[in-house]
Amino acid sequence: MSTLAIDKAGPSRKVKYGSMSRDRTWALRWSYFFLVLFAIFFLTPPVYMLITSLKSSAEISAATNPWWVFHPTLSNYVELLTSNQFLRFFWNSAIVSIVVVIVTMLISIPAAFALARMKFWGSATLATGVFLTYLIPDSLLFIPLFKMLGVVQDVTGITLLNRWYVLLFVYPTLTVPFCTWIMIGYFASIPKELDEAALIDGASWLQTLTRIFIPVALPGLIAATIFAFTVSWAQFLYPLVFTTSVDQLVLPVGITTTLIKGDVFNWGQIMTGALLGAAPPLIIYAFLMDYYIAGLTAGATKG
Amino acid sequence: MADVALRKVVKRYDDVEAVRGIDLDIADHEFIVLVGPSGCGKSTTLRMIAGLEDISDGDIMIGGDVVNDVPPKDRDIAMVFQNYALYPHMTVAENMSFGLRLKHYPKAEIKARVTEAARLLDITDLIDRKPKQLSGGQRQRVAMGRAIVRNPKVFLFDEPLSNLDAKLRVQMRIEIKKVHQKVRTTTVYVTHDQVEAMTLADRVVVMNKGKIEQIGTPNELYHKPATRFVAGFIGSPAMNFLPCRLEDVGGTLQLRLTDRIAFALPAARAARYNALPRTDKLLLGIRPEHLTEAHAHLGPGIETFDTVLDVTEPMGMETLVYFGLDGTPVCGRVDPNAGAKDGAPMRLAMDLNNMHLLNEETGAVL
Repeated sequence: MSTLAIDKAGPSRKVKYGSMSRDRTWALRWSYFFLVLFAIFFLTPPVYMLITSLKSSAEISAATNPWWVFHPTLSNYVELLTSNQFLRFFWNSAIVSIVVVIVTMLISIPAAFALARMKFWGSATLATGVFLTYLIPDSLLFIPLFKMLGVVQDVTGITLLNRWYVLLFVYPTLTVPFCTWIMIGYFASIPKELDEAALIDGASWLQTLTRIFIPVALPGLIAATIFAFTVSWAQFLYPLVFTTSVDQLVLPVGITTTLIKGDVFNWGQIMTGALLGAAPPLIIYAFLMDYYIAGLTAGATKG
Repeated sequence: MADVALRKVVKRYDDVEAVRGIDLDIADHEFIVLVGPSGCGKSTTLRMIAGLEDISDGDIMIGGDVVNDVPPKDRDIAMVFQNYALYPHMTVAENMSFGLRLKHYPKAEIKARVTEAARLLDITDLIDRKPKQLSGGQRQRVAMGRAIVRNPKVFLFDEPLSNLDAKLRVQMRIEIKKVHQKVRTTTVYVTHDQVEAMTLADRVVVMNKGKIEQIGTPNELYHKPATRFVAGFIGSPAMNFLPCRLEDVGGTLQLRLTDRIAFALPAARAARYNALPRTDKLLLGIRPEHLTEAHAHLGPGIETFDTVLDVTEPMGMETLVYFGLDGTPVCGRVDPNAGAKDGAPMRLAMDLNNMHLLNEETGAVL
């Protein structure tokens, strides 16, 4: 961000009075100004959620300053974390997201490798096709998907609709195209000589993939993993459509359907649930981010 | 170790013929260099030997067996790439042993081979480093080490020194030569640098437009080029080509360069060229080192002429002089103490004992 700002601000400033350091100072000031602005803009909602989650229902509805907690309480947290229902949502979300990430990777990695490296008839068209699939919004897809799964259910006799595991079939329609697409990019950036060297060294295609491509493209794979997890964890429309029974719901739908009763909004618990729901992606992101940067910069400096 | 043979090998990309029917025999232990300008098909030829490119027509044999449809891993070859192609996530030792590990060699043997190769290439201290922690020259050594540990039948080098700076290139060239003297593996080496080709090769294969122009030892190519292309490609600065014609003057055969410059040919040359039709359009090929300052005592076959120098380039051990003869730019090599100056007149000597005569239309050396 700051580099971008320096690049933009640098040449536009008059050199007449200035020096490099003077230009840089101004560029940095502008960078900080906009960064702070963005930070405020994006952090206000979570802060408001945190404040609200620490209030009792009475304080929330009282006409006091909404940006301050006068009588902080953890009752919302205790209630949710001791509620079997909430833990059930959490568990459903976790299992769905983890399995979807695994399924996505199992499909996307070999697909991307094949499309990036094994030149076969129509591979370029297929690669574009994969990306185009991603461009179709889920709001267009859910009705045909619902119909299709209904037919599958009728034909096989296996109950799919209104079961949490139906999401394992549905979410990959969102995650696989995008993950495949970004991994095609990562794989394509690996020099061709590397797989030729592996080929001459005696590696099969599978060994080239597992022993060369996956380790070398690890930052890309992690980026794809983060994406797949975030999409699965935050998905709202599909679980809303495909699951209805309370014990089958995932977190985002569970919170909104059980904590809003008619026109009564249990704001304290909604905010607490949303905050707790945001925690796992945050933790995973923070952990993998370190790994991601380490992967990018390992051995970048000369020894 | 094995010999390699190419029989009428053709490579076509759609309508374009990149390699047009090449025949080449490479003996066991031989160091062959394929040299030529970009796009001449040398890298494609190497990649076909490696099995990285399919052959459109013809046969490639390694150790007497046709390998046209044998995958690279079963050809028992090792290749060193221009950009090293080291596995970035593996240490030097892991890079070198990758092929052996895939083939499930015993650990002790892998270790022994890697240690031996590292010693040979003087990279023992770097064995635990990752490629990114190495300099260009060190990476190239590791790439060679990876080839050596496999103990293959054939080494293939694809412009391995092109990414190195000039000084390191000279150093690594000597290293490669030393390594080959020790391991004696049949080697096919591709480069566009004719100096590399001359210094490394047992035999050089000069390629142009998908065909072999000439195969020969470095000295043969230098002194007896078969075509204008080879004559011009090998040697730096390049050979001069001057339009000329043959004349009979008073029973002797003369070579006329310009209206005022004509030389009597030495007896050996005159006998060789006497049968040529006098009407042919000819080119005199003469290397810069055979155009020197004129000395007081001229040997047989050395003729002098006066010219005005355009530019001089002092190189230290010699000075290159550039001038024009009837509009054709010419380069000569004179002693740095011969007093050559930009724009100054100078008397130069041409050594006709080392001249070449070429047919201007066909490019053949006569």
